[in-house]
Amino acid sequence: MGDVLIMNEIDATANRLGIDLLQVDLDSIQLPPGEDLGIISDDEDVYEDDDQEVESGFGNIIVVDNLPVVPKEKFEKLEGVIRKIYSQIGVIKEDGLWMPVDPETQKSLGYCFIEYNTPQEAELAKEKTNGYKLDRAHIFAVNMFDDFDKFMKVPDEWAPPEHKPYTPGENLQKWLTDEKARDQFVIRSGTDTEVLWNDARHLKPEPVYKRSYWTESFVQWSPLGTYLATVHRQGAAVWGGANTFNRLMRYAHPQVKLIDFSPGEKYLVTYSSHEPSNPRDANRVVINIFDVRTGKVMRDFKGSADEFAVGGTGGVAGVSWPVFRWGGGKDKYFAKLGKNMISVYETESFTLIDKKSLKVENVMDFSWSPTDPIISLFVPELGGGNQPARVSLVQIPSKEELRQKNLFSVSDCKMYWQSSGDYLAVKVDRYTKTKKSTYTGFELFRIKERDIPIEVLELDNKNDKIIAFAWEPKGHRFAVIHGDSPRPDISFYSMRTAQHAGRVSKLTTLKGKQANALFWSPSGRFIVLAGLKGFNGQLEFYNVDELETMATAEHFMATDVEWDPTGRYVATAVTSVHEMENGFNIWSFNGKLLYRTLKDHFFQFLWRPRPPSFLTPEKEEEIAKNLKKYSKKYEAEDQDVSMQLSEQEREKRRSLKNEWEKKISEWKRLHEEEKMERQMLRDGEASDEEEEYEAKEVEVEEVLDVTEEVEE
Amino acid sequence: MTLITGSADQTAKLWNVETGAQLFTFNFDSPARSVDFAVGDKLAVITTDPFMELNSAIHVKRIAGDPADQSGESVLILKGPQGRINRAVWGPLNRTIISAGEDAIVRIWDTETGKLLKESDKETGHKKTITSLAKAADGSHFLTGSLDKSAKLWDARTLELIKTYVTERPVNAVTMSPLLDHVVLGGGQDASAVTTTDHRAGKFEAKFFDKILQEEIGGVKGHFGPINALAFNPDGKRYGFLLLQINVS
Repeated sequence: MGDVLIMNEIDATANRLGIDLLQVDLDSIQLPPGEDLGIISDDEDVYEDDDQEVESGFGNIIVVDNLPVVPKEKFEKLEGVIRKIYSQIGVIKEDGLWMPVDPETQKSLGYCFIEYNTPQEAELAKEKTNGYKLDRAHIFAVNMFDDFDKFMKVPDEWAPPEHKPYTPGENLQKWLTDEKARDQFVIRSGTDTEVLWNDARHLKPEPVYKRSYWTESFVQWSPLGTYLATVHRQGAAVWGGANTFNRLMRYAHPQVKLIDFSPGEKYLVTYSSHEPSNPRDANRVVINIFDVRTGKVMRDFKGSADEFAVGGTGGVAGVSWPVFRWGGGKDKYFAKLGKNMISVYETESFTLIDKKSLKVENVMDFSWSPTDPIISLFVPELGGGNQPARVSLVQIPSKEELRQKNLFSVSDCKMYWQSSGDYLAVKVDRYTKTKKSTYTGFELFRIKERDIPIEVLELDNKNDKIIAFAWEPKGHRFAVIHGDSPRPDISFYSMRTAQHAGRVSKLTTLKGKQANALFWSPSGRFIVLAGLKGFNGQLEFYNVDELETMATAEHFMATDVEWDPTGRYVATAVTSVHEMENGFNIWSFNGKLLYRTLKDHFFQFLWRPRPPSFLTPEKEEEIAKNLKKYSKKYEAEDQDVSMQLSEQEREKRRSLKNEWEKKISEWKRLHEEEKMERQMLRDGEASDEEEEYEAKEVEVEEVLDVTEEVEE
Repeated sequence: MTLITGSADQTAKLWNVETGAQLFTFNFDSPARSVDFAVGDKLAVITTDPFMELNSAIHVKRIAGDPADQSGESVLILKGPQGRINRAVWGPLNRTIISAGEDAIVRIWDTETGKLLKESDKETGHKKTITSLAKAADGSHFLTGSLDKSAKLWDARTLELIKTYVTERPVNAVTMSPLLDHVVLGGGQDASAVTTTDHRAGKFEAKFFDKILQEEIGGVKGHFGPINALAFNPDGKRYGFLLLQINVS
């Protein structure tokens, strides 16, 4: 809370001096060396231990044990190796590396002392190198020098540990038990981050928690909605709680730029990119994988940006994020695209499965099934047609190829998995015979059927460019936006209809739509066809079951569209990409505008995700069957609230009108009192009613010229 | 009937409305912006812009019954506000002058002593330049419009802030209907940014608000440029608008 108070002070001072804090480049501020103006730096805050031991003066020394015992000739070499490892973590003090020697044998004793300038570097070195395998026989055992004292003090008699009473943690899932079944969302505008309930009945949001400067760049929910992550200069943090947001854990990673959660929220991956010492080298990339609950670093990856920016989509400045893609369910595996290989790691030991990567010559892209441990990968054409392009499905961890298809004349390829892992659509761009242009088709894999049959689909007009593609979540349909004209077409297909069970069939094509983006409801059946960017925020709410439009609307200049996790509401937002009209709208699933909120400098709108339902499929079916019975109760509640709303509304209007009437009569009274004085100012003319004048048409005669004609 | 006009040519002029003849010229050292006759037409208030070293000012001139007797002298000169003073008008019974401008503060001055009587509160008042000001017919209250995307209704005698109308665009012009309880705001892009945005982006509309409930009741679309001035026909049944249209060739 202290942070917030200090920031308020700074805000007030800035306002007074007329400084716009958002324009100030905080990184350019440099304090004189040695001066900290009594302000505790945030870095210190992270590394400060809550129960700090009394300074022994040896807090920055570590002891590295299990070193090889070497004779005098090899001293320098061993020292060099150790120095190389440990100077990567911090700056070793002058003469800070000491390898004691056995006076009798003249060989090293098998351990050394390393002194850094700060205890933080020493702690970091201990954490990073404890367990480091120099070779099979020598695994570093690293301890703080001061710890030896502690260990020496261990009594010889074992005494059973104290029994600490069980203190249950807060229920982090409490928000799911909201009586009104509302969903939360987080917004960022200006310097504020706020979490609010979407109260659709009351047609307005209800605040949950708000904080200025909560994050230093962006916020992100964990995939099941349990945590809200914030990003700061020294690392990331996660927040959560039963009714409010407390900081649950911190993850140290200086200059972190991007984060990613594993789908089950067990792990947090953080990424930073650093300028190299030699400007001609690529940036240095640091990736850490933390255990979310304990904050422990499970594994880190360091290297040049070249190693991480592979495949077709790496940007010039950095990598395509996330670098590690999770799969296999229950956060079991994570994999990274490499040069001619896919490196798949498992989270038991955080090492490569089978201790080696999956070698695939020329692999360009890969994608996990959302539900099963299967990877789909794409290898482009090789050697001018000698080796055709191919798409393969590989089972993990066996690395067995489940299915493969060769593709000819391929210029590009994109893979789309359906959310339940039932289908995989591969969009293939092929060269025409003349190689001057491309045409697109789809290879549709039916994953759950025996032998994984593949079907080829071409659009009615082969040459249409594909603008967007999206599977229906949990469903059997997909939508495609295609065409070259300013208003493209949108086609809907189904992988299985009553008439054609094992064959893809087209449901309909909507012609000439102002849309360039598709947003399916998370429960399927409904979709928002959105025209963003050039179309300036056109929205069409479409029912795919009935194949009819439910509503068309507009959120002028909308940049983002997001369904709530239940599929009941749609949020559209205008972010600070545009200067004016920043804020968000909440719509019902069928396109009725419920309410809108304007917020200047609007950066983010994110619905809080929900974990999958705990209901069994049978229970879900029972509820669907008896929906009428269940919905009666809610309809009655809704009625009550809406009547209450109108009554409140009427009351508000009545009081506003009354207040106004009072003001008017007061003014009238004063006006009357002043009447005499006014007349005097007008030299006695009682012309108060000057406002009521008539426009009269007056004929004016003007003599222009007089000529005399004299008749001769 | 006499008309008074202010101009960037650093003068304000008195005209005979029937004949169109110029009656008198007041000379200033900077552009004259806002003009208003007092009740009884014996006084007029003229504001001048800041110009080079000169600050903006409010000038009070006596208006002679016979133009031949007209003098150019100022009866009173008020200084103090920072930046341009966009509007200055007379309060009830000419006892006060109400001014508003670039520094976003509404001020009430005593006409007799020239002292500053009241200032609008920084917290609740406008946050950006006040572009426009419209008095109610009986002078008891007035409306200000500002680039901070809002308009505010004030008590002319006490400077109490009574209503605030919020919109999505900077407000350039405001007016009140003499007939119904409506307030109209016109605006759009800041005039300086007009040439760099397309008309759809500016979305220029005249927006109608319920004066008492502060709610938007409707808008008149179809303007192809930002609205810079609004006025109701005196019978309250029609309104006119002035657009600033810059043609780039």
